Amino acid sequence: MNNSVSLKGVHKSYGKVKALDDVSFELQHGFYALLGSNGAGKSTLFQLLTGLFVPDSGSIEITGVDLNQQLTKALANIGVVFQQSALDLGLTVQANLTFHGRLHGLSTPQIKERSATELERLGILDSANKACKTLSGGNRRKVELVRALLTEPKVLLMDEATVGLDPASRDLLLRYVYDLCNERKICALWATHLIDEAEDAKQVLVLNKGKLLAQGTAQELQKATKTDNLLDAFLQLSGQKLAEAPSLQKI
Amino acid sequence: MVFNSQFRALLAIIQREMIKFWHQKGRLVAALVRPSLWLIVFAAGFQNVFGVSIIPPYETYIEYQEYVIPGLLGMVLLFNGMQSSLAMVYDREMGLMRLLLTAPQPRWFLLFSKLVSGTILSLLQAYAFLILTVVFQIDIPWSGWLYAFPAMLLGGLMLGSLGLLLSVYIKQLENFAGTMNFVIFPMFFISTALYPLWKLEESGAEVVFQLASYNPFTHAVELIRFALYGQFNAVSFGVVLVSGLLFFMLSVWGYNPQRGMAKFVKQKR
Repeated sequence: MNNSVSLKGVHKSYGKVKALDDVSFELQHGFYALLGSNGAGKSTLFQLLTGLFVPDSGSIEITGVDLNQQLTKALANIGVVFQQSALDLGLTVQANLTFHGRLHGLSTPQIKERSATELERLGILDSANKACKTLSGGNRRKVELVRALLTEPKVLLMDEATVGLDPASRDLLLRYVYDLCNERKICALWATHLIDEAEDAKQVLVLNKGKLLAQGTAQELQKATKTDNLLDAFLQLSGQKLAEAPSLQKI
Repeated sequence: MVFNSQFRALLAIIQREMIKFWHQKGRLVAALVRPSLWLIVFAAGFQNVFGVSIIPPYETYIEYQEYVIPGLLGMVLLFNGMQSSLAMVYDREMGLMRLLLTAPQPRWFLLFSKLVSGTILSLLQAYAFLILTVVFQIDIPWSGWLYAFPAMLLGGLMLGSLGLLLSVYIKQLENFAGTMNFVIFPMFFISTALYPLWKLEESGAEVVFQLASYNPFTHAVELIRFALYGQFNAVSFGVVLVSGLLFFMLSVWGYNPQRGMAKFVKQKR
């Protein structure tokens, strides 16, 4: 069976700054948390995984397809929610979804059926004909998640998707993605700097200053670092004190 | 299957541009007011200053107002091409560009679709301006409306490609003023849009004359000018075609992640 996501020896620099330094990992289906403080290289990793950048060296495979060799084929298996919202606020929810679906080559009936199903599951079907600018931040994120799921991706990339959301919306989105991983056997890579979002993940990938420091369950990381919680494990792995990583929070 | 997928993507991009245009009604008004002002104020005021002799494609003396029509059509295409560039920069700032570039379609095709959608808007605005010329009683042969279509299409694609290329290098919306100063105005003024080449040569402005001779916008205007009178300007066609292809290929290269979109995507680690 092909890995959902596979990175081998990936390097990426911006000038003299090493954004990613020899990063390798393999993910199957399930919920994976990519944990790192601000500037760890999470967004760069997502930009590489979506083909926006190419690595300086190393290889990336999505469901066994080499991203650099067959970008279009690889992208067809990815759904992504970027850290920065990417909705056309002047258009309605449905128009945004239709635009995205067609960009991915879906037919109108497919788009209507899938968007109605996902919007209903997330409880925002009644907002389908509302302009996105009228929606709350939480609902906009839900729309972005629906959009990412329209193409029935095998890999779901969520780049700090809960930033700016209230705790209830955050929890709803998180639980929804957990459920998706179980129901549809997809691989979700959830980038975050919020410890509690990573605690129940199948595996936690700890990224710091462009290096992948560890990969394992929260319990495995705690055991390896002889700590009793994930926050302390992260701080020990990254050699930071809490004051040096203010973005890391345990809520 | 692949064709279907790409066709849907193309339609999606065109439809989105149309919806946006429909919501920005001021854009059409601005697109018409700009050349109309030139036609009413500039052309009326200067028609006695800029006498135009009989030069191809004209077979008789013409009024200056008639001379500037192709240039003003070119102006519509030029401004809309640059507006498309502005829209690309806006999409990038809003994060919408990522959405486009992560679609599972060949990148050149996505950029081509953006180009086509922008050019359709250019053509709509150009024909809206042509309708206005009837109101101003400017005598353009009706057949010219038809012949001008491929010329304006090609000119629109070329100027849209230039807009795409510029969007690679314009990092922020605020930089658009620079585009006005360093691209739009020089291209427009150093061309045959407002005065024929021989006028520049005759006045001794050798450098300006040379620049205007090689300016692709000059050739887009001349292609339209000849087409409006049922004639084909092969040199201008060649220059516009080659320039358009060059600008488009450079745009595709500019948007190629291999050369590092770090140049124009906000860097975040």
